[in-house]
Amino acid sequence: MNVLVYLVPMALALGLTGLAAFLWSMRAGQYDDLEGAAMRVLSDDDVDWVNATGRPNLPRRDTEHEQLLAK
Amino acid sequence: MAEALDLSMFVTRALDGTAHMELAVDGIACAGCIRKIESGLKQTPGIAQARLNFTDRRLAVDWREAEQSAGGVIEALERIGYHAHPFRPQQAESDEARHARWLMKCLAVAGFAAMNVMLLSVSVWSGHSGDMSQETRDLFHWLSAAIALPAAAFAGQPFFQSAFRALRAGRTNMDVPISIGVVLALGMSLVETAMHAEHAFFDSAIMLLFFLLCGRALDHAVRRKTRAVAGNLAALKADVAHRFDDKGEILTVPAAALKSGDRLLVRPGERIPADGVVIAGTTQLDESLVTGETARRAVVPGAQIYAGSRSFSGAITVRVTAAAGGSLIDEVQRLLDGAVAAKSKIVRLADRAAALYAPVVHLTAALTVFGWLIAGASLHDAIVTGIAVLIITCPCALALAIPAVQVVASGALFRSRIIVNAGDAIERLAAVDSVVFDKTGTLTLPEARLANAAQIPSDMLEHAARLALSSHHPLAAAVARHAALRTPYDGAVEEAGRGVRATIDGAEARLGSPDFCGAPAPAPGDAGASSIMFAHGGRFVVLSVRQALRPGAAVTAKALAAVGLDLHILSGDRLEAVMPVAEALGIWSWHGGLKPADKITLLEEMKASGRRVLMIGDGLNDAPALAAAHVSFSPISAADITQAQADAVFLGEPLTPVLDAVLIARRARALMVQNLWIAVLYNLIAVPIAIAGGVTPLIAAAAMSGSSIIVTLNALRARGRASPDPLLAAAMEAAVPDTVRP
Repeated sequence: MNVLVYLVPMALALGLTGLAAFLWSMRAGQYDDLEGAAMRVLSDDDVDWVNATGRPNLPRRDTEHEQLLAK
Repeated sequence: MAEALDLSMFVTRALDGTAHMELAVDGIACAGCIRKIESGLKQTPGIAQARLNFTDRRLAVDWREAEQSAGGVIEALERIGYHAHPFRPQQAESDEARHARWLMKCLAVAGFAAMNVMLLSVSVWSGHSGDMSQETRDLFHWLSAAIALPAAAFAGQPFFQSAFRALRAGRTNMDVPISIGVVLALGMSLVETAMHAEHAFFDSAIMLLFFLLCGRALDHAVRRKTRAVAGNLAALKADVAHRFDDKGEILTVPAAALKSGDRLLVRPGERIPADGVVIAGTTQLDESLVTGETARRAVVPGAQIYAGSRSFSGAITVRVTAAAGGSLIDEVQRLLDGAVAAKSKIVRLADRAAALYAPVVHLTAALTVFGWLIAGASLHDAIVTGIAVLIITCPCALALAIPAVQVVASGALFRSRIIVNAGDAIERLAAVDSVVFDKTGTLTLPEARLANAAQIPSDMLEHAARLALSSHHPLAAAVARHAALRTPYDGAVEEAGRGVRATIDGAEARLGSPDFCGAPAPAPGDAGASSIMFAHGGRFVVLSVRQALRPGAAVTAKALAAVGLDLHILSGDRLEAVMPVAEALGIWSWHGGLKPADKITLLEEMKASGRRVLMIGDGLNDAPALAAAHVSFSPISAADITQAQADAVFLGEPLTPVLDAVLIARRARALMVQNLWIAVLYNLIAVPIAIAGGVTPLIAAAAMSGSSIIVTLNALRARGRASPDPLLAAAMEAAVPDTVRP
C-alpha cells in the first residue's frame, strides 16, 4: 500500500491542474463565444503565405471545395 | 444620413486616447462574416481592435479618437455590408453574466471534487469484498472528507443561499431539502469516519451538488442567450430623435439619450421618441401603439403626447416631460402596480412540488429514526438509517425534473421565434383555457397595408409605388411596398401634407389627396380605410390603405379554437373597426372602445369564473392587462413598457408563433408532470430500501445518478418543433368558417 503515498497526491494534483486550467480559461473569456470559436477555426488569416525564402507559399488547391462550387 | 448622429452616450473612453463601443450587428450568418468584419475594420484607419462575438452577434470596437469617430466605425461597417446599431450593455445583463460565471466556478469545483472522491470511493467499495485494511479505508475516508467538505462549502453556496432566503421569508423551496440533505450527509459521514465506520456518504453529497449545478448552469445559459437576443433586438429598433441644442441647431441623438426638458423636432411620418407636450405646430397623430385607436387625433400646442405615436401630417416641436406628467401613463402605472402584485401569488409547479415534498421526506426520516429506536436499535444506528433516508430521497431528480424541461422547451420556443422572459411562463402557458387578443398591432400588422392592390392595373400600381418611395408619409409606405423596382423617380417633389409628384414617361404623375391630384373626391369607403389618389396621364386610381391582419392570423385563430381555447378580442379601438376583424377571424366574443381599466375589469371577471387567460397585446394601454393575465405575449413591435410586462415576445409578422407556443408549452408541461412522477416512482422503490437500512453509498450513488439521467433524457423529448398531430389537423379542417353567430 506504500504506492498510495505518491499515487494519491498525484491523482489530486492532476485533478487540481485540470480545475485550475478550467478556471483560468473561463476567466480569459474562452467560453464567451463558443459558436464563434468553432467558426474561427476555419479561418486562414493567421497563416503566413510567404515562406522564409521570400517565395509565396501557395495554398494547395482545394479540389473538394471547387467541386462543391461547380455543382 | 443628412445629420450626423451623436453617439457619445454609447462610447467609453480610456486615458490613452482610445475609445470603445459595443454594437449589435445585423445579418451575421457564417464564418466568412467574422473575417469580413474584423479584417475589414482593421484595415480602416484609426481602428485599433475589433472583435466579433458570434454567439451574441455583437461587435466590440476600439479606436484611436484622434483618427476615427463612432460614426465612422458604423459607416465603415455599412461599407463592408453590415448594419450595426450601437449598444449600451444593460446592468441586468452584466449581473447575469457574473452570476453565470459564478455558477460555472461552483460547477467546476463540484465536478473536480466528485471525480476525485469517487476515485477514492470506488476503491473503498471494491475493498469491501477484498482485503482493504481498516486503516486504509479510514485514510480514504479522511481524504474524501478533506476534498468534499471545502468543495461542498464552496459549490453548495447557490443552494444554501437560496434556501436561507426562502426560510427567512417564511417559505420553503426545493433548495431547503437539498441543503438539509447535503449538510446532514456530510456531517454524518464525518462522524462515521471518526468512528472508523464502514460507510461514508461524501461521494453522494458532492455528486448531488454536481448534478444540480449542471441543471442550474444550463438553465442560466439559456436565459442569458435569450436576454442577449432581446438586448440586440432592442438596440436594432432603437429610435433616434432630432433634438434642438442651445443654439437652436438640430442634433440627431438616440432616443435613449433624451432627458426631461429637451426640445425635439418631430417630422411627418416619424415616431414620437419620448413622452412630452407639443409646444409648436399641429399634426394628425396615429396613437394606435398607445391606445389601440386607429382613428387619428388632431393635436395642437399644449397637447400631451406619448412615445410610440406616429405624427402624420405636420412637423411639431415637442418638449420632453417626465413620464409622471401624463394622465394616461399615471393610470397605466397605477393599474400595473396592482396587477403585478396579484400575479406574484401564482405558485410555480416546482415550488408546489417542494412544498409537498419537503415535509413528507423529513417526516419519513424522523419516523424511520423512531421506528428503529422502538425496534430496539441503538441511537447511532437509528440516526444513521434516518439520514440515509434523507440522502436517498434528496430531490436530485425532482430538482432537475422541471428546469431540464424548461431549458429544452425554451430552446424549442426560440426556434419558433419566441423569446421567453420568465422561466415559469411555459407551465403557466400550458394551463391557459382562454386567449384574449388586443386588435391593433396584435391581430393586425402595426403598419397599414394596401387593401385593393389586386384591383389596380399593374402598370399604374408600379408607377404609384415607385412614386411613393419619394414620400415620407406613413400611408405612402404602404403603397411603396408594392414597388418591384425600388428606385425612386428622378425629380420627385413632395409637398408636405398633400402628396408627391413627378414626371413619368413624359406625363405628370401625382400621388396624394384627391384635391392634390385634381380628381373628384371618391365615394367614402368603409370607416377603417384611408384613400389615396394616384393620377397619371389622365387616368385615376383610388388606393385604399387600411389595417391588415397579420399573416396566419385566421389559421392561428382557427387552430387555437380547435385545441380547445376560448378566443376573445378586447380592443381600445372603435366598435366598427373591431367588428370586421372579429368576423374575419371567427371570434365571436369581442369588445371595443375599452380603457386600460376596462380591460383589467373584464380579465378579472374571466379570472373570477375560473378562467386562465393568455393575453396578447402590444399597446401601452395593454400593459396592465398583460400583467394581470395568467400569462402574456407581445409582438416585438410592442411599446417598451408593454414588452417589459410580457412573459414572452414573438418575432416577425406572422401570428403562428402563438400556436406553436401553446403546443410546445402543453407538451413541456406534460413532460414536467411525467418527470415528477418518475421522481416519485424512484422514491417509492428507493425509500423502503433506505428505511430497511439497506442503503450503502454504492446504492445511493447508482440510484441518484440513474434517476437524474432518466429525468434529463425524458426532458429532451420537449425538443423539436410542435408538429401538428393528426387530431389537430383534422380539427382545423373541420373548423367551418361560417359558423352562425349566437
